[in-house]
Amino acid sequence: MAKKLHVTTTINNESVEFLCEARHSLLEVLRDRLELTGAKEGCNNGNCGACTVLMNGLPVVSCLVLAVEAEGAEIETVEGLAGHDHFLHPLQQCFLEGAALQCGICTPGFLVAAKALLKKIPNPTEEQIRFNLSGNLCRCTGYDKIVRAVQAAAEQMKETVS
Amino acid sequence: MNLSEEVVLDDFRYAAPVSLQEATALLAEYGLRARLLAGGTDIIVQMREGRRSADLVLDLKGISELMTIQMNAEGMRLGAGVPCYRLYDDPAVKTAYSALTDAAQIIGGWQIQSRASIGGNLCNASPAADSIPALMVHDAVCEVVSHKGRRTVPVAQFCTAPSRTVLDTGEMLAALLLPPVVPQSGAAYLRFIPRNEMDIAVVGAAAWVELNATGDTFVNARIALGAVAPTPRVAQKAAAWLRGQPVNDATLAKAGELAQEVAQPIDDMRGTIEYRKHLSGVLTKRVLEIAIKRAKQ
Repeated sequence: MAKKLHVTTTINNESVEFLCEARHSLLEVLRDRLELTGAKEGCNNGNCGACTVLMNGLPVVSCLVLAVEAEGAEIETVEGLAGHDHFLHPLQQCFLEGAALQCGICTPGFLVAAKALLKKIPNPTEEQIRFNLSGNLCRCTGYDKIVRAVQAAAEQMKETVS
Repeated sequence: MNLSEEVVLDDFRYAAPVSLQEATALLAEYGLRARLLAGGTDIIVQMREGRRSADLVLDLKGISELMTIQMNAEGMRLGAGVPCYRLYDDPAVKTAYSALTDAAQIIGGWQIQSRASIGGNLCNASPAADSIPALMVHDAVCEVVSHKGRRTVPVAQFCTAPSRTVLDTGEMLAALLLPPVVPQSGAAYLRFIPRNEMDIAVVGAAAWVELNATGDTFVNARIALGAVAPTPRVAQKAAAWLRGQPVNDATLAKAGELAQEVAQPIDDMRGTIEYRKHLSGVLTKRVLEIAIKRAKQ
């Protein structure tokens, strides 16, 4: 049996440890070992974005990150979007209200990528939304409702003065 | 794809050296059985699909000299592992090496650019690689290292065939060296793809121009095309012809025609030979226009 590596990382602000083989992807570990099944395997080759998580604030496709690379990193997944008070993140709320999902497989990836987008560009144009989310594919919605949901969330988040 | 085949990674040893010395020693020991890991956006896919394999995966991201951007009077030293986003997020790099940052912004999507490196894009040596025509027009030079020492290779000579480079067993790319900015110069990279984003170039075109003080004459130019030959190509004749020519539609069109001559594309699912040759001329003209506009700024 292959040698196991011990990894210590932070996921959604909590310290997490796990064992994995060198060849395991972060996606595999999130889903199969840590039961964080929000990130989805859509293609397993970095094309579809359904496995998107944030790594040190940056959106990455977790299927192309080795789990061992998470050592010392800060990972954010869709499970960390809603607050501890269980109120949905404005993005989640707007996706639901705007019917910006059908099968929902792409949705966690879109939510995480959109979260990073709104942090980088709090008031993005439609073009900026489409360009920055081009790494997330959706086969159901045709993207329009997703774009509108991101715009609505941006609007809502603007009004929340922190 | 045969659904009964598992697309998995075979087991390998993982190492994360903290110095180039350590890395090159491991490379010397493992030879072809080692693969380098920067962003992983090419190599992990290839290993998963069985196109490449390794006993040892060397994660280079802990080696600081591979992960830094240095800009000074001598130009830019771009560590081979620096991810794309750090190039276009840096205003100084964006202004000075705009063909390169144009390319960095459209290699894959944001998730890929968070990890994928220009060095990796070059070493992967796809005929359609976006960064390579840009590196060529910026006159970039490769700094190659092994346990035996260092050598340099112009980017224009680095790729020898699809997925093949001049790197010998035990050698790795350490950095890309780009010359300092020249006044009245501008550069750009344009790509044609079937979708809006997230696709492989049907044709890629890069241009760098240097204009005279009044901006109406070409002092110097470099043009390179991607995805229209087994390796990206410099359009030497087209660029040389532009020197001393006035800046106008006719000279740009002529440059486009001359650039087309280096295009030897294939038919594939993204385009026919005829279409790609046509696009080579069109994109050359358009990318020159952007480079000229930037040179005048």
